[in-house]
Amino acid sequence: MSPRPGYVLEVDRTTPPTLFWHGESFRLERLPTGSRVVYAPEPHEPLADPVAAIRDALDNPLGDSQPLRSLLRPGMRLTIAFDDVSLPLPPMRRPDVRQLVIEQVLDQAASAGVDDVVLVVALALHRRMTESELRHALGDRIYDAFAPHDLLWQHDAEDPDGLVHLGVTDRGEDVEINKRAATSDLIVYVNINLVAMDGGHKSVATGLASYRSLRHHHNAHTMRHSRSFMDQDHSELHSSNWRMGRLIAASGIKIFQIETTLNNDAFPEQFRFLQRREWEWSMRDRAAYMGASSALARVPARLARSVLHGVAAPHRMTSVQAGEVEAVHAVTTANVYAQQLVEVDGQTDVLTMGLPYISPYNVNSILNPILVACLGLGYFFNLYRGRPLVRPGGVLIMSHPTTPDFHPGHHPSYIDFFEEVLADTTDPAEIGKYEEGFATDPWYVHLYRTGNAYHGVHPFYMWYWCAHALDHLGAVIVVGGHRATVRRLGFKSASTMADALEMAADVVGPGPSITHLHTPPLMIADVR
Amino acid sequence: MKALVFERVVPRFAAARVAATLRGSGRGAAVGPLRLLDQDPPATPGPDWIHVRPRLAGICGSDLATVDGATSRYFEDLVSFPFVPGHEILGVVEPSPGAGASGSGSAAGTGAGDPGSAGDGTAAGRAAGASAAGASAAGSSAAGAGAWASLQPGERVVVEPVLGCVPRALEPLCPACAAGDTGSCQHVAFGHLSPGLQIGYCTDTGGGWSTAGLVAHRSQLHRVPDTMSDEDAVMVEPTACAVHGALSAGIVGTDTVAVIGAGTLGLATVAAVRRLQAPSTLLVGARYAHQRSLAVELGADRAVPSVQLERTVRRATHSLRSAGQVTAGADVVFDCVGSVDSIAAALAMVRPRGRVVLVGMPGRVTLDLAGLWHRQVALTGAYAYGTETVDGTRRRTFDLAFDVVADAHLGRLVSARYPLERFTEALAHAGSAGSRGAVKIVFDLDQQPPRAAPGAPAGRSTPKGRRA
Repeated sequence: MSPRPGYVLEVDRTTPPTLFWHGESFRLERLPTGSRVVYAPEPHEPLADPVAAIRDALDNPLGDSQPLRSLLRPGMRLTIAFDDVSLPLPPMRRPDVRQLVIEQVLDQAASAGVDDVVLVVALALHRRMTESELRHALGDRIYDAFAPHDLLWQHDAEDPDGLVHLGVTDRGEDVEINKRAATSDLIVYVNINLVAMDGGHKSVATGLASYRSLRHHHNAHTMRHSRSFMDQDHSELHSSNWRMGRLIAASGIKIFQIETTLNNDAFPEQFRFLQRREWEWSMRDRAAYMGASSALARVPARLARSVLHGVAAPHRMTSVQAGEVEAVHAVTTANVYAQQLVEVDGQTDVLTMGLPYISPYNVNSILNPILVACLGLGYFFNLYRGRPLVRPGGVLIMSHPTTPDFHPGHHPSYIDFFEEVLADTTDPAEIGKYEEGFATDPWYVHLYRTGNAYHGVHPFYMWYWCAHALDHLGAVIVVGGHRATVRRLGFKSASTMADALEMAADVVGPGPSITHLHTPPLMIADVR
Repeated sequence: MKALVFERVVPRFAAARVAATLRGSGRGAAVGPLRLLDQDPPATPGPDWIHVRPRLAGICGSDLATVDGATSRYFEDLVSFPFVPGHEILGVVEPSPGAGASGSGSAAGTGAGDPGSAGDGTAAGRAAGASAAGASAAGSSAAGAGAWASLQPGERVVVEPVLGCVPRALEPLCPACAAGDTGSCQHVAFGHLSPGLQIGYCTDTGGGWSTAGLVAHRSQLHRVPDTMSDEDAVMVEPTACAVHGALSAGIVGTDTVAVIGAGTLGLATVAAVRRLQAPSTLLVGARYAHQRSLAVELGADRAVPSVQLERTVRRATHSLRSAGQVTAGADVVFDCVGSVDSIAAALAMVRPRGRVVLVGMPGRVTLDLAGLWHRQVALTGAYAYGTETVDGTRRRTFDLAFDVVADAHLGRLVSARYPLERFTEALAHAGSAGSRGAVKIVFDLDQQPPRAAPGAPAGRSTPKGRRA
């Protein structure tokens, strides 16, 4: 039986309560009659033999590209770059798709007699991965073959000797990327396209870039004009990356792009109720919900966080394509859309969402208040194609505890951003005056380069991600959030969903239309 | 007439300490050695002494430590029991008993040539003479003989409470007093007065927490300008402490300065640093929101919650962190709290070879000083006042404090006034001033105790003040 497509439910008197994520826990909320609930499509069938599919993709590339094995020769410099810990979400069960792909690439490189091979984690300004995270992504065999010989690198956007400036685009954008990659005879980029935003020229132009380069598209103006990030043709973020990517190609740098898509099977059997529509919950699902929600609510947040971050997703690969960047990405994007698009008829006055414990930037970490804002306004709000799910001037209601907790090792500059910048202004256009000071702060640079910290400028990027939503919305309300923290973010607090809906009516008028985005699992609302 | 009298009763010390530990600062007053008693005005110890009737008297952090039995034993030999606390005093000059308002031996003295002028043979005169002759310490106001001479009964005065060589009629003056640095006098347990660092800790002089009045040496009195409010005037003494601390740090224009704590001393320090020095950046760590607002109003560039100050200093000085301390850090840190935590924080955020100034009174603390040694940090105290050098000119600290108070309108820090009879409430309020949105709590010695309505419990009326 083929998987069912996405579905928009209209709530009536018989509809059971709707599940909302609430950080490290969940809640059941009864939405007013007439509300809509948007459900993701069911997970697509995975590839029956992913290894064979990978080999086939490498041998039959798309676009203007030769098969990988014909690009490999003895004496060449080969750099294999791959996506970092921010993908996929939640982290997938072993073997990770990166391991499957890179093993095949290395097999072909070995067969061709290539012995100058370096693996580079395409961190951009993200934190360095830990050994266990690298072993999880690459598998022990690859890790043990490369890491002890200093052949497994983590991209360092602050290493003056490790970067090369390739030029400036016709819009004045600096293109500066990893020197090892830029001076290689071939870059093989191994990508995971969890959402439509990922991949394409963004892989190298962002993942291997420096702050000097990234600042041209990671800013309030670009983010405000990316509508949405999931729709490449209407995203200034992507336009900038594509200009940079074409400059990289024009510089003579050869990239062999390998992109993979995953199904949206995000939760294992014990959390299967999170994947299912509430009226279809079995007795076992109800029991699992009650057990999990009461247990997670009773234990300290730290323990609940640890339990949830230990959950590995049963994601499976649904496609793999390789070759020339743009040709590959066009197919990849179509495959992502096939899995995630849900047709929705018209916008809503009020959009509700439950925010989970995880985002791309807090794997094995804490979803701090800035990441809460980014997850809701930067990511979930932008899960649309066409028009935003909520109308201009509408209200976004997010459910999350939003406690003022930060991981000091992973997010040190976030703490100061929260205390110093947001205390002054929450306007994405205004915070730019602080950006340089954070970006060049020697302590943040040190922690980024030597520890496991996000770059000092990263919280600014998270706030820039919110720019489009903040421009578009009339109000943002957080249900069940720490009040002072929510206020610092510039949002409103509500104790209950009913209170939040009443507050929303003050903004959009009485009897508003309400739509709930039932994510995760991930989806993209195709708003007509 | 009434006075709050602090007696040496060991069991009550213990009770005060327990009460303060269990119920919070200032709570020792209800069970400790402090008692409200009927009392007559103290006798003048000599011809240059004047009766002063307190009008407002502040409650200081050191007073709270005293009533809570938490003061360091260091001070045991430097006070005399029983004493009337209160050293932040705005008062009114009283006629001497049996003398006319301007008669010989009165408060007013007899003019420029009266006994007590420079060279007249009294200790006060010698102090002024010594200053004029050598150290230029006396400055222009109350410490100068002319200023003493012009005081008239009914005039408002601020008391400079240190009981150094001049009030004690010690001859010759110690080097500190001869130089006008009265706060550094080490003879506060000697002379014809009983031991006592200051008025407010000496059994012979009385103190500010009294309607019976106190006695002060003429050299200790500063006339209050007519344009200055009572609230401003009662802030002069704590501000003088802050001025002395601020000027002791040797701040230069490129310095980053941090102030830990924003109670009365912290806020006065902010005001003093901003007005008398010109640091490039002045950062303040304060526990409560109203303190942070006041700090910014008084001149701080940024005021942040206390726990954020070290991070803010690190950011401002583009510093790394190592061994739990910032690698660059503030050039000067003023610790206006005086606790183990605040001193440790100060040492963690000061730069190598920087200076930590303890403005708040510390007690016995246990600290790891390895960082201080390794980073060659100067840890220094700033007690009381004396004479300062500003722009090459020697001026009395109190004169500078008058200027700072007037310019910064520090009378705004006076949050509530209590009659003496409600001292337990007043001290409890002072002990929890920050959490109750207050800064400085004072006794209003002109205020009559509220009359209890029939059947109503006594002492329940709202204090007169701007903040609760």
